[in-house]
Amino acid sequence: MKNPLKKLKQIIVNASAKSGEGHIPSAFSILDILWTLYDKILKIDPKNPRADDRDFFILSKGHASLGLYAVLAEKEFFPLSELENFGKFNSILGGHPDRNKVPGVEASTGSLGHGFPISAGVALGLKIKEKSNKVFVLIGDGECNEGTVWESALLASHHNLSNLCCIVDYNHSTDRALEMGDIAEKFKAFGWDSCVINGHDHEEIYNALIKKSDKPRAIIANTIKGYGAKSMENNPAWHHKSPSPEEFDILLEELS
Amino acid sequence: MRKQFVKTVESILEKDKKAVLLLGDIGVFGFKRAFELFPDRVLNIGILEQSAVGLAAGLSINGLIPIIHTIAPFLVERSIEQLKDDFGYQKLGGNFVSVGASYDYAALGCTHHCPGDVGMLKNIPGMEIVLPGTAEEFDKLFRKSYANGKPTYFRLSEKQNSQSHNVKFGQAEIVKKGKLATILAVGPMLELAIMAAEDLDVTILYYTAIIPFDKKTLKENSESGKILLCEPYYAGALLPEILETLSPKPVSVESIGVPIQMMTNYGTAGEHDESIGFTYKNIRKKLLKLIKQ
Repeated sequence: MKNPLKKLKQIIVNASAKSGEGHIPSAFSILDILWTLYDKILKIDPKNPRADDRDFFILSKGHASLGLYAVLAEKEFFPLSELENFGKFNSILGGHPDRNKVPGVEASTGSLGHGFPISAGVALGLKIKEKSNKVFVLIGDGECNEGTVWESALLASHHNLSNLCCIVDYNHSTDRALEMGDIAEKFKAFGWDSCVINGHDHEEIYNALIKKSDKPRAIIANTIKGYGAKSMENNPAWHHKSPSPEEFDILLEELS
Repeated sequence: MRKQFVKTVESILEKDKKAVLLLGDIGVFGFKRAFELFPDRVLNIGILEQSAVGLAAGLSINGLIPIIHTIAPFLVERSIEQLKDDFGYQKLGGNFVSVGASYDYAALGCTHHCPGDVGMLKNIPGMEIVLPGTAEEFDKLFRKSYANGKPTYFRLSEKQNSQSHNVKFGQAEIVKKGKLATILAVGPMLELAIMAAEDLDVTILYYTAIIPFDKKTLKENSESGKILLCEPYYAGALLPEILETLSPKPVSVESIGVPIQMMTNYGTAGEHDESIGFTYKNIRKKLLKLIKQ
């Protein structure tokens, strides 16, 4: 399929502008990773999203939900028109994803540090059931402040969860609070295989995702928060802000 | 009750391949046999309660039935957000079995007390809360509900009633029928309630489940409008249910429960019972006062 990322970014900006909600820069930060996962890696059927043999993806940094919704819609888990309702009272699409509402969403996340332990449980469950499905979880570098991230890293290596891959969206957005330093080395110290990639280079993302290991794997993806919209990139003012009409026009103009 | 918990869960692990036991480095010796028999499904998960609860939610997403066991303050108070978000919000099934009810670990001090568990868990929509009064009752209630697809909290306590009753999940038992007042006794409080009400013409209702709360039995057995609530956790958790059930009928309610205070003394649970009035004499005094109103 043709790379639709510019179109998805337009949909994200549009949904946020219309609702007055959403974390656009967080969504842009992970969009290349999400697209590569859903387009090339995950074994998952939009017509039967809870099939027993599916791979699992959990967006632990749930505030980037707009990115996930745009990709799921593009992959026909639900109509693209649902994005028009983002954030509305009766919408299935809220600021954080709900597994009981959104086809393709495996875990309801939002409070940081929850999706990763859940993904370790899914991976452990698959191991207990002797199933070969894979589990991918995406966390943020700010989320790495949470103790449950490192508790889960310990659990995953102790229980040899080689079916689990954790992608860290390392956009340095919380360096201002607590610098995480070398996250790849930290995961290695916890018994994981880890690598560092450019989180906006599709080939690098793909090559990292398909690697096999007898350990759980961490992919530290260096990313730019707000990637693809120059006025938004690494600009903390945009973290949780929807564009005004003037900003909306500028954003659409500069999207790449 | 802890010995029965081991027996019951061992038997379930044998019959139900979906059951997975996670221990927070507690009860490991007791489950020695289960570790040997079911190495894939009996795990000493470690001392990381929040992640253990989250991990259990992942098992549940996978169609497995997690049973998590550790000391009450760590299972409930430390992991309350995981219980809310990962189980309550996601509508996932799981079993949370605590020990160290209220101040069972009296000598260990306030960090190991947990009289607030029931009140906190009541604020998680969908959470079931079960307080068996004997080991036999635990066995019956656990087998009935462990696979019902809902998050369910089982509170094991050192204190037990001397006699088991024919308990049914989510249904109160009428222990005694009378006219002057109704005692609503929760779990291990039944023993004291029976002693306190000896030779008095009162009704005793025995509740082993806080949620689901059996409104019907209370409504049909509270003619006097005088209710004595006996709870083994922070006092008054069931007051809203009682008032809502009996509304608009005017009711008088007296309550015996753990007072909301830090219990900074050590000693034994029995000494704490005495100090907060968990005695049949004190309960009888409150009951007589209620009857006279």
